Amino acid sequence: MATILEQPEVVSAGLADPMLPMPYRIQRVKQETDDTFTLEILPEDSGKGFSFAPGQFNMLYVFGVGEVPISISSDPDDAPFLKHTTRMVGTVTKAMRQLKRGDTMGIRGPFGSHWPVQEATGRDVVIVAGGIGLAPLRPALYRLMAEREKYRKIVLLYGTRAPEDMLYRQELEQWRGKFDLEIQVTVDRAASSWRGNVGVVTTMIPRAPFDPTNTVAMVCGPEVMMRFTVMELLKRGVAPERTYLSAERNMKCGIGFCGHCQYGPMFVCKDGPVFAYSRIAPVLGRSEV
Amino acid sequence: MRTLRAMTAEPLHVGDTVVIEREHLEQLLQTLVTRGYDVIGPTLREGAIVYDRLTSTEDLPAGWTDEQAGGKYRLKRRKDNALFGYVVGPHSWKKFLHPPLQRLWQAARNGKGLRILPAEEKARPKYAFIGVRACELHAIAIQDKVFLDGQFVDPGYKSRRESLFLVAVNCGQAGGNCFCASMNTGPKATSGFDLALTELLQNGIHYFLVDVGSVRGGEILTAVPHQPANDPDKQHAERILDHTTRHMGRRLDTRGIKELLYRNYEHPQWDSVTERCLSCANCTMVCPTCFCTTVEDVTDLTGQHAERWRRWDSCFTVDFSYIHGGSVRATPRSRYRQWVTHKLATWIDQFGVSGCVGCGRCITWCPVGIDITVETGAIRESDSVKAPADLSKEPA
Amino acid sequence: MIHTLEPILREHPFFQGMEDRHIELIAGCSMNVRFEAGQVIFHEGDPADHFYLIREGLVSVQFAIPHRGLTTVQTVGGGEVLGWSWLFPPYRWHFDARAQQPTHALAFDGKCLRAKCDEDHDLGYEIYKRFMQIVTERLESTRLQLLDMYGNHP
Repeated sequence: MATILEQPEVVSAGLADPMLPMPYRIQRVKQETDDTFTLEILPEDSGKGFSFAPGQFNMLYVFGVGEVPISISSDPDDAPFLKHTTRMVGTVTKAMRQLKRGDTMGIRGPFGSHWPVQEATGRDVVIVAGGIGLAPLRPALYRLMAEREKYRKIVLLYGTRAPEDMLYRQELEQWRGKFDLEIQVTVDRAASSWRGNVGVVTTMIPRAPFDPTNTVAMVCGPEVMMRFTVMELLKRGVAPERTYLSAERNMKCGIGFCGHCQYGPMFVCKDGPVFAYSRIAPVLGRSEV
Repeated sequence: MRTLRAMTAEPLHVGDTVVIEREHLEQLLQTLVTRGYDVIGPTLREGAIVYDRLTSTEDLPAGWTDEQAGGKYRLKRRKDNALFGYVVGPHSWKKFLHPPLQRLWQAARNGKGLRILPAEEKARPKYAFIGVRACELHAIAIQDKVFLDGQFVDPGYKSRRESLFLVAVNCGQAGGNCFCASMNTGPKATSGFDLALTELLQNGIHYFLVDVGSVRGGEILTAVPHQPANDPDKQHAERILDHTTRHMGRRLDTRGIKELLYRNYEHPQWDSVTERCLSCANCTMVCPTCFCTTVEDVTDLTGQHAERWRRWDSCFTVDFSYIHGGSVRATPRSRYRQWVTHKLATWIDQFGVSGCVGCGRCITWCPVGIDITVETGAIRESDSVKAPADLSKEPA
Repeated sequence: MIHTLEPILREHPFFQGMEDRHIELIAGCSMNVRFEAGQVIFHEGDPADHFYLIREGLVSVQFAIPHRGLTTVQTVGGGEVLGWSWLFPPYRWHFDARAQQPTHALAFDGKCLRAKCDEDHDLGYEIYKRFMQIVTERLESTRLQLLDMYGNHP
């Protein structure tokens, strides 16, 4: 079954030369957890025509420091207003954290393949997020809720290391109340004040309320978490070509020229980052590929 | 001695074959210069034949040849004065079409804002390459697929490529590390050129057979004294090429090579290579199809001006595959495996053709003489018994 | 004699594929139980004479660690099995179990079942097969917890 995702019909602002960043202004910098923060940005020019599909990423440039690929985690309907949630893991992201409202940064994008929201029409949708993996999935959740009637059951399973590492907690609570959406969360380790589930997110899959014969699954998180999540989903009978994950690799260009993001025969920047499991299975989990 | 005929006004068409005298090659070169081309071709420098600017045919390494083996390159004097009596050196044409160092843009900070200025390519270069081998024609076509045929186009590459005038040369001998015949990339130049030369020397007569490959090529050639080629000339050229084909220095069995490498990710030959490979990246620098790059963002001391530069990179570097906290390919074993598997296997899934053109440069310039034909041959010989796994296809 | 819990056992995935006579035997050792939120089900070191099939609710597997307080390493929810120490000597619990929410469960008398397994080895095989599955799943998910997947690893 062909599952190679077409690039969506999105327009990137002024990409006559896709290596030129467009200036964006910081509206807000929000600390999410002790090592994760969200940038909220708007383009300097009107940015009309910029749109993105859930799962795509931008290349974010901090003046004079460097550029990194980060998934877009805002509502596609709010574009060109963008949000990017990221961990502070290196020079560029640490410098990014020091930016203030009113500062400018460079954006190139959107790049990459997207979550199969269209394909999920008429089906159950299972979203399994681990840690910061919820950030690239959030735009898909927005799209699903914007047209809730198109989908059958929607289940979100979210696991983090500890309760304090959960992202978007208030938003999750609101969604739980407002929409017909099943949300289950768990943590790997908890202090005694936590009264919820403890255990890895994969343990919630066997009993989650969805029909595996008619489900699209979207999985994002650390690679180990995705591998075991997929194993549980397949065990329950979800089709490998309807199970999607988001991969991650070093990127220097985002447009298939620098060669850094190669993963077996695939370029994560243009064949991914969202892949159907059936396509990525031959390389997933192979050491040093 | 051929009698010179006066230059005819008849136009030359694609597919025509003519003959020009050795001394008229200079006229071809000067015609190109007059038309504003930056003429690049082989020339002798520091003990090697490299590609650089030519001011005249005097700059060509007349009477020189190269002896190549694993980790070895030596220049030797020929008995004749052939202008193109060698194969390929450490440079490839990617040095000009896909420059090793390039400024992508500059940025200026003004207050809290920032302005990006695309790099001006002052008078974008208009190159004429003289002496492009058949394997190199294929290498250029392969890089065209990378930079021109995808969803995104490299504007600099496009402009350099479109204005390029290409004079190919059919190889009169095969090099010690050559295996273009195995890769179906030579020794005959069949397409992708404006003009293709075959150097003919016999009994003190020195001339060139010239195939016209494009309208532009035919048009430039009308300015050079020429005569139609006769059958004996054409047969002589064929014999030379046949001789070259039968004397290839190396051989690579390409049957099922993609599947072979896909099912041998854990073959012990990779461990054997690891004992020798220095991860020096020479192979990727000299390979005419390797295209990987990295970017560097720099500022001046005031912090008000920034630039982004692009430069060649290599999958052999440790941090090539670095993501938060570690490299995916941390061991030299995995990096050598990545390079060969990409070149001979995954490249086919990505671009529809092999990434290797059989030029042998990686063998010549490897300091320890690792030979891609020997390594893949060893894998083929003790192929794993597992069922073939095609990484490009989805499991049934 | 048909025990009122037999239909419930027959429906439950844990007992899928078991013969009726075995289900009857097991039903004979089972009863309904309820725990209030916060109630201790058993303590580390207590005799392990039962295992539980949670029907509804949430139970924490916990350790009382000096200076760290009560640390939950895992929770067991509706549809899941709690406890296998009743199968192996010295038949003592290795952790505390505390209900986090009001919890309904089926409790199975371990001593009673151990005796029946000794008499009927076919029953024993079916029980051990199923518990082996549970233990393996727990081990695998514990390994994933050990890997600290979300941590920042250099």
